[in-house]
Amino acid sequence: MPKYMLIMRGTDEGQAEFEGMDFTEVIAAMGRYNESMMNAGVLAAGEGLSDASEGAVVDFSSDTPVVTDGPYGETKELFNGFWIVDVPTKDDAIEWAKRAPLSGPGTKLEVRRVNGPEDFPQDNEWIQKEQQWREQLGTE
Amino acid sequence: MARAARYGVSAGHGAAADPASDGGTAASAGRGREEDPAAARRAVEAVWRIESSRIVGALARYTNDFALAEDVASEALAEALVAWPRDGEPRDPTAWLLATGRRRAIDAFRRRSGRDDRYAALARDLGEGDATSGAPPSGGDDADLLWDPDKIDDDRLALIFTACHPVLSKEARVALTLRVVGGLGSEEIARAFLVPTPTVQARITRAKKTLAAARVPFEVPPASDRAERLGSVLNVLYVIFTEGSTASAGEDWMRTDLADEAIRLARVLWRLVPDEPEAAGLLALMELTAARFAARTGPDGTPVLLADQDRRRWDASAVRRGRAALARAVAVGRGLGPYGLQAAIAEQHDVARSVEDTDWERIVVLYEALGRVAPSPVVELNRAVAVSMASGPSAALRLVDDLVAREVLSGTYLLPSVRGELLAQLGRADEARAELALAARLCGNARERGVLEAKAAALR
Repeated sequence: MPKYMLIMRGTDEGQAEFEGMDFTEVIAAMGRYNESMMNAGVLAAGEGLSDASEGAVVDFSSDTPVVTDGPYGETKELFNGFWIVDVPTKDDAIEWAKRAPLSGPGTKLEVRRVNGPEDFPQDNEWIQKEQQWREQLGTE
Repeated sequence: MARAARYGVSAGHGAAADPASDGGTAASAGRGREEDPAAARRAVEAVWRIESSRIVGALARYTNDFALAEDVASEALAEALVAWPRDGEPRDPTAWLLATGRRRAIDAFRRRSGRDDRYAALARDLGEGDATSGAPPSGGDDADLLWDPDKIDDDRLALIFTACHPVLSKEARVALTLRVVGGLGSEEIARAFLVPTPTVQARITRAKKTLAAARVPFEVPPASDRAERLGSVLNVLYVIFTEGSTASAGEDWMRTDLADEAIRLARVLWRLVPDEPEAAGLLALMELTAARFAARTGPDGTPVLLADQDRRRWDASAVRRGRAALARAVAVGRGLGPYGLQAAIAEQHDVARSVEDTDWERIVVLYEALGRVAPSPVVELNRAVAVSMASGPSAALRLVDDLVAREVLSGTYLLPSVRGELLAQLGRADEARAELALAARLCGNARERGVLEAKAAALR
């Protein structure tokens, strides 16, 4: 079954609105959403990211990478986290995305298919190594 | 205006488990992807795959009539397939479908009320005077009557038990489960099982009549029936899984995805009955078996034996999920049942780096346990194969000869093929050749027959 990543994207503005909410309520809403996906047997993975201001951006626009703290002034959209769902079609993934407890101006969920083994030549030595690494890492 | 804002449920209003009160059509529908009728149709089908069990379950509780609930839910789906591409998707699709189904149920009660006063009373009580036939569903209030968050799990569980009721034929249980619990259409089920669509429709119609005739109540079975009824549910899911796992790559996706659908249904079931070790055991067996799917056929579609599989291609995350489910089955503390034990055997293969690295002694012990809880000649034969790997061919041959003496498995190629293999390992070439030739004659599969004949010819 194909896997799809639901990628949380937002703007500073949407993020600010999100931060104004009651944290307990936010956790409860996310918890209910995650539980509904668990109950439906479709949730494969998910992570949320800490505040973008704690991060850094490495920019490859020029010959040598340029590093800046946080994304501000660099990007209009922030990557805030993701879910991976295991569903038969893209439409199912979109339907789950619609149910995410998200709101706010510019807040988006992007739905992308996760590449699987079928997308790569299986006789490539790096692809074969990667299979072993996945086993060691226990990753999807 | 992002779709996120249109569909988004603000924090605190929850997600799927807590429907918004407005089931009306979104005012800004008809933009973006919704302009494409085919996409809108696919969206309806996706909603249905996700929600059918809750919708049919809630309607069955509401009407106390499984057959009627399935009928009116199907009508609601048919209406959605017309209305949503035309008017845009409702803000709360589930509430829309529930409200529409409820109206159709009230219509049905009204139609029957001429024949039976009971239905008149039901229509009056349930309709509360607000349900006008043909009116567009207003959502909210209608849905609220059906929507009891505390009952969702019970409704879904009752639905699974009803669809898998022992009064039904095995084919009917499978079709009904995929239809109402899995949310698949008759056409999809037909494609998956390589039968004509009318055959599936007839099975479902007959199944509903059978349930009605047998007066099967819509409920989670009482404790006294629970073990037997759960056994039927597990069996149905396993049948779906094995049907899907025999499909080969490149076939219709509906067929190859059947195993995935079975895994998903097993996850749903396990969430509903977390204390049933066999529910966890079945899920573990499916995950640990499906983990090897990618490696089980060669590039040209020929089967690759376990011993020859490229184990790097096994799905490590499926192995991890399967082992986690198996650990939970063990943790319940009531011992493993047949599915759990088969999962434990699959686990031994999945964690081994090679055939030589496999803990065959552990597998022998697991087969012995499986033989006690689910005695069968095939289990005994598999145990003999494991014994040959653990202790050598002599000990295994004694077990196989015992099966021969008891005249079980006679007429199948399995027994002579294993016996021939053991004799060959013992250097008894003439006897081995005869056994392998017998196995080849009994084998119905041309490819496997070729393998047996080649083995026999190679002996000297």
